[in-house]
Order: sequence, then C-alpha cells, then structure tokens
Amino acid sequence: MLDDISLQVERGELFGLLGPSGSGKTTLIKLMTGIDKADGGTVRMLGERMPKLAMLQRFGYMAQSDALYYELTAKENLSFFAALYGLKGERLHKRMQAAMAVVDLEDHLNKTVSAYSGGMKRRLSLAIALLHEPELLVLDEPTVGIDPVLRQSIWQELEALRERGTTIILTTHVMDEAEKCGRLGLIRDGKLTATGSPEEIKRQSHTQTIEEAFIALGGGVRS
Amino acid sequence: MRIRALAIRIIRQFVRDKRTLALLFLAPLLILGLMKLVFNGNAVEPDIGLIQAPSAAIAEQLDKAGATVKAYEQAQDAEQALRERKLDAYLTFADGKPALRLEGSDPSMNQSVLLLLQRTMNAGAQAVQPEVTYLHGTDDMASFDFYGPVLIGFFSFFFVFMLAGVSFLRERTSGTLERLLATPIRRTEIVFGYLSGFGLFTLLQAALIAWFSIDVLGLYMDGTIWYVLLMNLLLSLTALTLGTLLSSFASNEFQIIQFIPIVIVPQVFFSGLFNLNAMTPWLQHLSRVMPLYYGADAMRSIMIRGEGWSAIDTDVYVLIGFSAVFALLNVIALKKHRAI
Repeated sequence: MLDDISLQVERGELFGLLGPSGSGKTTLIKLMTGIDKADGGTVRMLGERMPKLAMLQRFGYMAQSDALYYELTAKENLSFFAALYGLKGERLHKRMQAAMAVVDLEDHLNKTVSAYSGGMKRRLSLAIALLHEPELLVLDEPTVGIDPVLRQSIWQELEALRERGTTIILTTHVMDEAEKCGRLGLIRDGKLTATGSPEEIKRQSHTQTIEEAFIALGGGVRS
Repeated sequence: MRIRALAIRIIRQFVRDKRTLALLFLAPLLILGLMKLVFNGNAVEPDIGLIQAPSAAIAEQLDKAGATVKAYEQAQDAEQALRERKLDAYLTFADGKPALRLEGSDPSMNQSVLLLLQRTMNAGAQAVQPEVTYLHGTDDMASFDFYGPVLIGFFSFFFVFMLAGVSFLRERTSGTLERLLATPIRRTEIVFGYLSGFGLFTLLQAALIAWFSIDVLGLYMDGTIWYVLLMNLLLSLTALTLGTLLSSFASNEFQIIQFIPIVIVPQVFFSGLFNLNAMTPWLQHLSRVMPLYYGADAMRSIMIRGEGWSAIDTDVYVLIGFSAVFALLNVIALKKHRAI
C-alpha cells in the first residue's frame, strides 16, 4: 500500500495528509497509531518506537467510520471510552462537558446515538477523541458530513488545541481545509509526493492553489 | 477497570435490545415447552384389522392391550384400508396360523404393533411375570425426561453461540473494534470483558432454563440443582468463547448463520440425543471433540442418575479446557486487527 514514505512531524504542529480516497492516508494513520505494523521501516511517535500499547494512552484517535454504540446514549459512549483511558470522578465529568462543548453537543448528552444525525455522530466521535486530553490527536477525515458553520468552529478549536501544545495529524481530501494546516503531506498511490507548508507547496509547483499543486506534483495524468 | 467498563457497556447494550433479550430468555422456554408436548404425547394406539378371527377372545385381548380393532370379512377390504392408511396392520388366520401385514412406512409404528401383538400372544401363556425395579428413574419416566437434560444444555449452547458470534462480529463491522483497539486496552481485556458481560446473561439464562424445565415442565430431576447450573454455565461459556472466536472468520451475520450446520448440528448428533453406541466405532470418537457431548453427558448423570461431583468432574475440566483454549485463540485472533 505505502511505498518509501519518510515523514517527520514536529510537536505542536497541525499536519494535514491530503490525498484522494484509496491513496493510503488511512493506512499511514494506522501505522502511526500502531494499529497496523509496517512490513518494513520504523515509526516513532513522541520519541517512542511504535507499535507500543502504552503510547495509545497518549493519542486521541478518530476513525473514518463513526465507531459508536448506537444503542447507548452519548453519555454512555463517552463514559465507556473514558473508562478505557482511565478517566473517572470529577475529571471525567469535567472532561465530558468540555469535550461535548467543543463539538456543540452539550444539550444532547442523554440522547441515544441512534437518534443522532450523521453530523452529530461525527462530532461525538471527535469529542471522544478529545476526551482524555491527548498529546497527539490523530483524526481521519474529521469534518466529513459536518456543516460549514460547525466545521469552522471545529477548525478554530483544533487551532486552539494546537496552540496549547497538542500535535494534530489529520487526513482530508478537501482542498480548502488543507490550506488551514501548518504543514501538508500530499499522498498519491501510496507515495508521498510533497511535504511543506501550503505556500511552499504552491511555490514548489508554481501553482496558485493546492488543488493545482496536487495535480502538478502527482505527475499530472493519473496512470 | 477496562474489563468492567466493557462488561457494563455490553450489559447496557443488551438491556436496550429487547428483542435479543427475548431470544435469549424466552425462545428456549418456548422450544422446551413444545418439546415437552411433542415427546409426552399420548401413547400410540395402532389400528389393527382382524379378518375372520377364530375366536372373539383375540379381539378382546388386542383391545385390552391398547389397539383399536376393526373386523373385516374379506382380506382385500383390509388391504384397501391399509392402503388408505386407515389401518396400521391387519391380522389374518390362514389355516389357523396367524399372519400379520403391516403398513410399514413408520418404523416406530411397526414396533408398537409388533410389541402389542407379542404381549397379546404371551398373555394367554400365563408366563411368570418378573418383578421390575429401577436403578435410576421410574416406570413413568417419559422420553422427555431422557432427552430433557440434553436439550437444556443444547439451548444454553446454541443461543449463546449465536448471540456472542453476532455481537462480536458487529463490533468489528461497525468499526467500534478498530476504535476500541486504538485505546490502550489489552487484547486479553477485550476477551475477558466480553466473557464477563455476556457471562451475566448466560448465568441468568442457565438459571431460568433449569428452573423452567424442572419446576414448570416437571422434568425428572434426581440430582443437585447447583450442578445443573454449573454445567449450564460451563456450556454457555464454551459457546461464548467459541462464538466470538468463530466470528473472526465471518464477515457478516449471514456467515455466522453458516456456522450452524457446520458447528452446531454435528454436535447435536453426538450429544446423546441419538444413541452413540449405535454409531460406527470410529465415528464415536468424534464426540470427544464436541463440547456439547461432555455437557450433555454430565447433565444426564446429574438429572437422571442423581450422580455427584465424581461423575461429572472430567466433563467440568474438559469444558473449562475448551473455554480456555477458545479464549486464548481469540486473543491471538485479535492480533489480526491490531499488531500489539
């Protein structure tokens, strides 16, 4: 799937992986989190060699599919995942409120997830990823199906998290979202075609937009 | 902590899912109730035709033995009735020697006609009747009492197998397993969390089935209820671990259903519902790898023969062994989804 990828993300960065579906974004993310193991090569996260179980405590992960228990309420979903991360008592309560505030779902805490809309489910997944205040957030297509207003507020929140020192790695295939990332990695057919800030990438490829840059750097016509 | 969280989550999900609860708790009762009605039906009364019986005494004796006797003048009339299935057999007396013609399509009916006839013929001989005593059971023990213990074990096994398989599969197909594996939970914690969450329901189910069959259906019971519960729980545990393990090899609910003819049905054949001694010897050895065989064997020992620990200890250890192996394999199978 992935071929000769060498990538370094600094602490406190908001790094975006941009590429069409099937390009290998999710595979790369699974290697980073240690869910998958590479056939060759090494992955180091926060200074530790992956895969390592204890590291998962320091990551917040949001999968591409809404991994939620539909029969349960949002609160029950949150407290289940919170328990897996060892949150309890006062801290649990505070974090639950805070995470739900970020995604604007405080009023729907006691609803069963099956009554949630697609966008609400996506937001709840994000809230779960934020729950234990991880050092690193790994988000696989976090804003799919979320309306523009909320998308903007989520981006603001991500930016705020980054300023507080959280490293964020996310995937997207939306070009205008890519512009908001501090640095970008362009992925195509399992190859990293370019890395750098959005400006650097545009300059490098002599193009005006990320979209054009993507086409130019990806080798133009698809093979 | 994580095991507990997982168990609580499973219990909550279960309680919300009323239909599945009903399947787990009411379906076995319904089926056991039906079984009771089927196996405890009234004794069969064969319809026997008599053609020109030499004496009226024969008809009387047959009638006393429980047959419905119809007299015919002509053999072809009786033959016609046999074809139309109004008769199960008819008796002719050519030259004073009795000859029996059976309808013949139902072996159990053939046997009851033959048995009945034998009894009538012997009745005249004034043979010495032996005194009959029973080591186990009583003279009014019905087939249901013999099959019941096996059926109790079977239902515990079957329903738990299905539920555990489908639940674990759903965890995978809905993406929640992947999400679960992105938390610092250990693979063993997942397996044990499932065991304890489901364990609670299987314990309740086992208790309910045992109570229903013994107290409501009046199943013959000569042993200790605690042993019955223990065996039921162990069987459910084996079904639980086997179900979750096999769900790793299914990619949707339908493929779980496909395990029924492969995993469940053969176990029924070897569970003791059918006489194992009548089987080809090499085939009998197959029963050694079937969890249900051990469960059913122990259940019969407890309920019918009233035996205690010494009779069931091997079965208990074997079932614990099965569960442990399946659980361990499950922990290994989870490696497919997360490298560590």
